[in-house]
Amino acid sequence: MTRNRTLNIGLGLVAFSPFMALLSLVWTPYDPLEINPDVSLAKPSLSHLLGTDVLGRDVLSNIIVGSRTTLLTAFLAVLICMVVGVIAGIGTAVSPRWMETPAIFGIDIILALPTVLFAIVLAAVYGPSTFTAVVAIGIALSAAVAQVTRREVNVILSTDYVVAAHASGSSTGRIVRRHILPNIRASLFVQASGASAIAILAESTLSYLGLGTTPPAPSWGRMLAASQQYLIIDPIVALWPGLVIVITVLGFNLVGDGLREALDPTLRKSAS
Amino acid sequence: MSLLEVRDLVIKFGDKIVVDHVSFDLQAGERLGIIGESGSGKTLTSLAVMGLLPDTAMATGSIQFEGTELLSLSDREMSKICGNRIGMVFQEPLTSLNPLMRVGKQIAQPLRNHRNMSLKAGLVKALTLCERVGLPDPERIVRAYPHQLSGGQRQRIGLAIALACNPVLIIADEPTTALDVTVQREVLKLMNELVAQEGSSLIFVTHDLPVVSSMTEAVAVMQHGKIVEHTKVDDLFAHPRHDYSKKLIDTARATEAEFKRFASGAPV
Amino acid sequence: MSILTGADIADELLTKSTVTLPLIAMASVLALLFSIPLGMYAALRFRRWDGIATSAVSQLGIAVPTFWVGVILITIFSVGFQVLPAGGFPDEGWSSWASCVKSLALPAITLALAQGAMLMRFARSATIDVIQQDYFRTARATGLTRGQALRIHGVRNALVPVVSVLGMQISTLIVGAIIVESVFALPGIGQMLLQDVSIRDYTKVQGTVAVTTASVFLVSFLIDVALNTLNPKLRQRQ
Repeated sequence: MTRNRTLNIGLGLVAFSPFMALLSLVWTPYDPLEINPDVSLAKPSLSHLLGTDVLGRDVLSNIIVGSRTTLLTAFLAVLICMVVGVIAGIGTAVSPRWMETPAIFGIDIILALPTVLFAIVLAAVYGPSTFTAVVAIGIALSAAVAQVTRREVNVILSTDYVVAAHASGSSTGRIVRRHILPNIRASLFVQASGASAIAILAESTLSYLGLGTTPPAPSWGRMLAASQQYLIIDPIVALWPGLVIVITVLGFNLVGDGLREALDPTLRKSAS
Repeated sequence: MSLLEVRDLVIKFGDKIVVDHVSFDLQAGERLGIIGESGSGKTLTSLAVMGLLPDTAMATGSIQFEGTELLSLSDREMSKICGNRIGMVFQEPLTSLNPLMRVGKQIAQPLRNHRNMSLKAGLVKALTLCERVGLPDPERIVRAYPHQLSGGQRQRIGLAIALACNPVLIIADEPTTALDVTVQREVLKLMNELVAQEGSSLIFVTHDLPVVSSMTEAVAVMQHGKIVEHTKVDDLFAHPRHDYSKKLIDTARATEAEFKRFASGAPV
Repeated sequence: MSILTGADIADELLTKSTVTLPLIAMASVLALLFSIPLGMYAALRFRRWDGIATSAVSQLGIAVPTFWVGVILITIFSVGFQVLPAGGFPDEGWSSWASCVKSLALPAITLALAQGAMLMRFARSATIDVIQQDYFRTARATGLTRGQALRIHGVRNALVPVVSVLGMQISTLIVGAIIVESVFALPGIGQMLLQDVSIRDYTKVQGTVAVTTASVFLVSFLIDVALNTLNPKLRQRQ
């Protein structure tokens, strides 16, 4: 364990969801899809630790399995955004002016369009699904990653040793491999954890709005949407899906902050 | 009773001691120079008297001003003394003034705090103060923003702010270091006149020995957070006791000699 | 797929924006009102426990999904205390403005809390910046306590980064409005968008998004103008 307290707390929180996801592959208290009208909207008890929803499905099991959806979507989206973003970021930084300008323009346009809006447009065309959610979140976030990466690469490109390497004839590919990639590695981790936090929030928001993973696959956002009508009868049902989302997102935020502290202590703690 | 009595002042950042048991007295009307290199703790000592140490610093010991123990005062109590009985002039004229506020309003600030003046009355007094610090066209200056003035003008504004309430003690922390050489002389001359007029005491912090000799009668030499020598200026030049003081004097003399040679055209 | 004429869509947008725009306006004002003082407070008490607690709360604030906040608020104020409606908007519109405000209260607060948490972190770091400036020290040297110096010299300086962040957050605000309208069943532009998606009216969705994006640019431009008046240095350069 590192001495960095923020990082430790963050990692602890972050581990929570993958643990649940892995657990769900081997065991859940009940079958999350099992409908049991007799115990509809039951309060938390020993047999159903977090109670049941309106169809009698066990809330705890649904949350455990729901973690799979969220993490899968978020993981794929972050993968896309990091790969696309880094390539775009490095690409625009090292490419000649005439290629750079339209690319930057494209990045700016994507940046201006918020994730959810983008997902709405996609869903209007292709219908809501895990796929549209992943693509929407991935592309939207890639613009931000590209912008940050591009700035950092530009800083590296202007350092003396890179200028010297260039002058002595190193090819662009070589410079990228030797000087750029190692130096941005640390910041990529920070960006990835930030992107994960945003992706999880986005995924749960999209599934709340009905734009993400389709039923019957359990999903935290949709659980919350479904439980909203029954708040009068059972207010607590709405609590659990939100709580796990908060824990996971908070975890990733803290990991990101902790990494930033650890990797560059001169950076003041400011909102990203 | 002395005007200011500092006893065993210790300033720490975490475990690092930057001011190490500093003690000195200042009488009413006396002018003391504190000289040392950067890192000697001289600036922090002066900030401690004003209660303006950064949040991360811890100060212990005793600072008695007009019989009151300053280190035990609350933020509110200390604010009644700052700008009122003690005025301070800082090193960087540009960053020491609020860039988004007109200069006249900033001069009026101490007057509004301590003399209960309205903004209008304060601005009127600010005009007088501008004249006093040798600024031509006070009407225009008072309405200007800091970035519209020159470095020398800004530092005069700093003086005006410090003098607004006729303090009995003026602390100047390297007030001319950031100015051009020609401007430096003018500002120093001005400070000399103003301090004499007010009859106030002066603590002048600097790393520049010749400046100290023109501005003060007594001097304390600081090195590594300690005062290594504290005498009259003339005595220091004539019989420096500590090695560090000797080094300072020698360096100053050498620089002066070199400057003379350079000015006369001889090969350096 | 319904094919509506241009006039119909414009009409609908106009009606719906009488819900969405006041919502966004209320939320922005509320967010600024609570984030700036709290952020400044957290900065003033930088190392003490209440400052640390306040910034911890803002850390939590940015991790919480907006829709969850809305549901929790409904649970407390509509189901629990029964003082505010759980959703819906008066059919008569703004002619009965009291009940309109009531309907928008919880949604605006929800949106404000989400935005405010982020703004508070910016306000805090902007204020810490101000406290470390030389001119802050000069202000205190004239006899102001830290709180006073902050109020007189700090607010304007801390406001500049916060307002510019708010400008950048306009699109997040719009997304937030869409979410909040869904949570509280408000007949605004957001709800219209979601309905159009479910019936796959691609053209209408495209059109609405285009108009929205255009207005985002417009608002950003206006905020830039506002910033220029706050900062005389920028004014001079033009």
